[in-house]
Amino acid sequence: MADISIRSVRKAYGKDEVVHGVDLDIYDGEFIVILGPSGCGKSTLLRMIAGLEEITAGEVAIAGQVVNQMEPRERGCAMVFQNYALYPHMTVAENIGYALKVAGMAKAERIARVTQVATSVGLDGMLDRKPGQLSGGQRQRVAMARAIIREPRVFLFDEPLSNLDAKLRVQMRHEIRRIHNRIAATSVFVTHDQHEGMTLADRMVIMNKGTIEQVGTPEEVYDHPATTYVAGFIGSPAMNFLPGRISTAGRAVVLEGGARLDISAAAALGHDGLLVQVGLRPEQIAIAAPGQSGLPVRFDFAEELGSGRLYHFLHEDLPVTVHSDEKRRFAPGEPATLTVPPVAVHLFDAQTTQSLTAAAALAEARARVNA
Amino acid sequence: MIERTPVLNILTHFILAVGFILLFLPLWIAFVAATHTIQAVNSAPVELWPGNQLWVNMQEAWVKSDFGQKFVNTLIVAVAVVIGKITIAAITAFGIVFFNHRLRMVIFWLIFITLMLPLEVRIVPTYAVAANALLPFQKLMDWTGLTWLIESASGIRVAMEWNLLNSYTGLILPLIATATGTFLYRQFFLTIPDELVEAAKMDGSGPLRFLWDILIPLSRTNIAALATIMFVYAWNQYLWPLLVITDRANYGLVVVELRTLVPDSLTTGGGTPTWHLAMAATLMIMIPPILVVIFMQRWFVRGLINTDK
Amino acid sequence: MRRAYFKNNWIAALVVAPQLIIIFVFFYWPASQAIYWSLTLEQPWGGGNTWVGLENFRTVLSDPVYWSSIRVSIIFALASTALAMGMAMILALFADRQLTGYRLYRVGMIWPYAIAAPAVGLAFRFVFNPNAGLFSFINTIAPETWNPTLNGTQALIMVIIAGAWKLVSYNFIFFLAALQSIPRSLTEAAAMDGAGVLRRMRDVQLPLLAPTFFFILVINITDSFTDSFGIVDTLTGGGPARATDLMVYKIYSDGFRGFDYSGAATQSVILMGLVIALTFIQFRYVERRVHYT
Repeated sequence: MADISIRSVRKAYGKDEVVHGVDLDIYDGEFIVILGPSGCGKSTLLRMIAGLEEITAGEVAIAGQVVNQMEPRERGCAMVFQNYALYPHMTVAENIGYALKVAGMAKAERIARVTQVATSVGLDGMLDRKPGQLSGGQRQRVAMARAIIREPRVFLFDEPLSNLDAKLRVQMRHEIRRIHNRIAATSVFVTHDQHEGMTLADRMVIMNKGTIEQVGTPEEVYDHPATTYVAGFIGSPAMNFLPGRISTAGRAVVLEGGARLDISAAAALGHDGLLVQVGLRPEQIAIAAPGQSGLPVRFDFAEELGSGRLYHFLHEDLPVTVHSDEKRRFAPGEPATLTVPPVAVHLFDAQTTQSLTAAAALAEARARVNA
Repeated sequence: MIERTPVLNILTHFILAVGFILLFLPLWIAFVAATHTIQAVNSAPVELWPGNQLWVNMQEAWVKSDFGQKFVNTLIVAVAVVIGKITIAAITAFGIVFFNHRLRMVIFWLIFITLMLPLEVRIVPTYAVAANALLPFQKLMDWTGLTWLIESASGIRVAMEWNLLNSYTGLILPLIATATGTFLYRQFFLTIPDELVEAAKMDGSGPLRFLWDILIPLSRTNIAALATIMFVYAWNQYLWPLLVITDRANYGLVVVELRTLVPDSLTTGGGTPTWHLAMAATLMIMIPPILVVIFMQRWFVRGLINTDK
Repeated sequence: MRRAYFKNNWIAALVVAPQLIIIFVFFYWPASQAIYWSLTLEQPWGGGNTWVGLENFRTVLSDPVYWSSIRVSIIFALASTALAMGMAMILALFADRQLTGYRLYRVGMIWPYAIAAPAVGLAFRFVFNPNAGLFSFINTIAPETWNPTLNGTQALIMVIIAGAWKLVSYNFIFFLAALQSIPRSLTEAAAMDGAGVLRRMRDVQLPLLAPTFFFILVINITDSFTDSFGIVDTLTGGGPARATDLMVYKIYSDGFRGFDYSGAATQSVILMGLVIALTFIQFRYVERRVHYT
């Protein structure tokens, strides 16, 4: 069993604090993706789990044992680095088997293990090559094999796919998931790519500026973003944001300029007059004829996606993007009305950026799953 | 990285401290010798703690070796070599990187080969050139028959002579005649993207404007790096000035003066060796380049590594 | 390769001309002159040259004094290089651990590079002085045990130590730079693979230093053939009894004290050949630098 518990962990370089007190529980066998923009502290957090960075304050425990003072080699973690960090002077076989060699395993046994692991990741016939003679995808496989062979309790991935081209990245993504399903070791995967996060994760951790914004399954994070930051970061094209004010009596949110959007009763309750950011996912907006009740907009321009189309409208000079499978023609400046079902209107406190709806909706959704 | 290696850390500090002491000890002993009286210095065992005679010894050494003029000369030569080197290196590299003429590679190799032979190994013939820097051209004219042609046409026999012995030019020019800086600049110029050249051309800038407005400002770190290593190189020159300068009073350099300080029977006439003065003078001579290296450490290291000598 | 060039070739000619003129006068002319002199017997300033073919080489190479100078030069080159490289490598490996005081150690190791060779020679002449130097205590116990001014072996050891001392800084700078260019993640990967500090030095850092090692080896040997002049001149003057008469020093003393220009030129040509050969070896290894991925 190798669950990881992270308790108010902080990291500071001198006076510059980059991780501000993070709490996180990672369950045994889980695939966790830590997602965030560069500089959000996600790699630093990963490296603190690995033992490559000192922990300034707080506590990291692996399988119930506090590891703050343990050396990397004592923690039972294996890591796949962003640039793979293969030893350039060693062959593929030597790279994969180095950890076993250091551990003092007999040569014959080592070779057998290396061959077996290399085969499992599709590296047959490459064992005598040097890393310099391999393609990007092959190097990636060597890095994976080097981690797998140690049979670690925890796999750590530091943006391992970011040096690959788009097609290979998807392919390696699938393989990483397959390997995880086979080995079922706890995995922590750091990336800035939301697609990687969404597709790989059992649960995602969204980080921003050294703090965790939200933890949840990809579905939860997408459906019920906890903050405007998460809402804007997850989803492509990004969520539309419009400022407005809640009217409890009207069960609606009144946008600047007077337009009204209906909201659920639960969301409206107790927030009368609160200034909010209204979040609308482009794929949940429908386009209706002008004059209907909804959000009055004017057409700006459209982008063809093949499978669908992105329509860019303006509401009071604020951009509103709609993703629709419908193919329609608009003249520039042509008026239209956008309608959104009340459950798809995300409301965020303008001051705190916290969602007014996510917590309740999440609890409801989880209750439904459990029942 | 979290590593608990207390024993190894102590060992590391121990090794580094021993290395530091080994490097430092000889100069410490030299320094200490410069701070004592002649009697104290010449009695065994060696003094290990400084005395109070440093200032006195330095003054005496300064006067005895007539350092005033010589320090000025050394500074002139070092600064001139730095400036000359940087200028020539920059424009030569510019000429072989940004122009596509047929002789480009030939010129590149002509310069490249000069990296191989330091001045010391070709000292004898170089000295002959210093006696008349125009001798190579004279010889070329003689051999090609040009001298004969001019003589028969005008009756004047061309006899070119430019004696570089006992002159600043003689000290400076041969020290500039190496490829060191040219290659530092070439490496840097090769990293300039084509687009920058094309953009400059689109903006109507000619090659010299491009050099002056774009390349020179961009190469500031290069200049700093090259300046530090060339200053140290020029300041520490020994064999060449030793040969070229016989008029030590006017053109002498401090480093050459070191050989007159060796306190053996030649300089002391059999008296007690004047180690205290020799070491005081050595100390003064060392200080300027050491200061340059310590205060310009970053540039110095970069220059050294990128020129690969 | 570059595709955007300037077209005005006369400007190109103008900017490369100064360098070309200087290297012609001070490099190519003297170098070819040395070869010419080595093949002739002549009085350099006035007087004719007589073509003697390889006669000068035969004279020089049949001179036991010259062979002893070669022998001393090689001993000096190998010993001072080995000493300087070994010390610099160990210091760089441990300095690269970047423990507290790292910056101080680094400056402490670098600055001796700034000291002129003759200054090194003179300082060591005092340090090793039999009457007043570091080892003078030996002589007070057992008189005349340590005296490099009379004992050739001791003199050579002294020159070797001074020469090595001068090279350590240079080597240290290069080794440390090479160590620091090894990607951090490689060290970290090895640490995660279970390798401790010393194990990583052996398995990761030292093998990756190989190209730098060869580069420095050649530079050091070349340097010990040329830059040693200043050290020898102030430290021993080539003595006692030619025990420290390095090749470059012999060229000087034969050419400018003995006025044997043909002999000195011939020795120059031999030394040039040696240095060029070393440089070629260096380029072979420089081409083979490891590329980190």
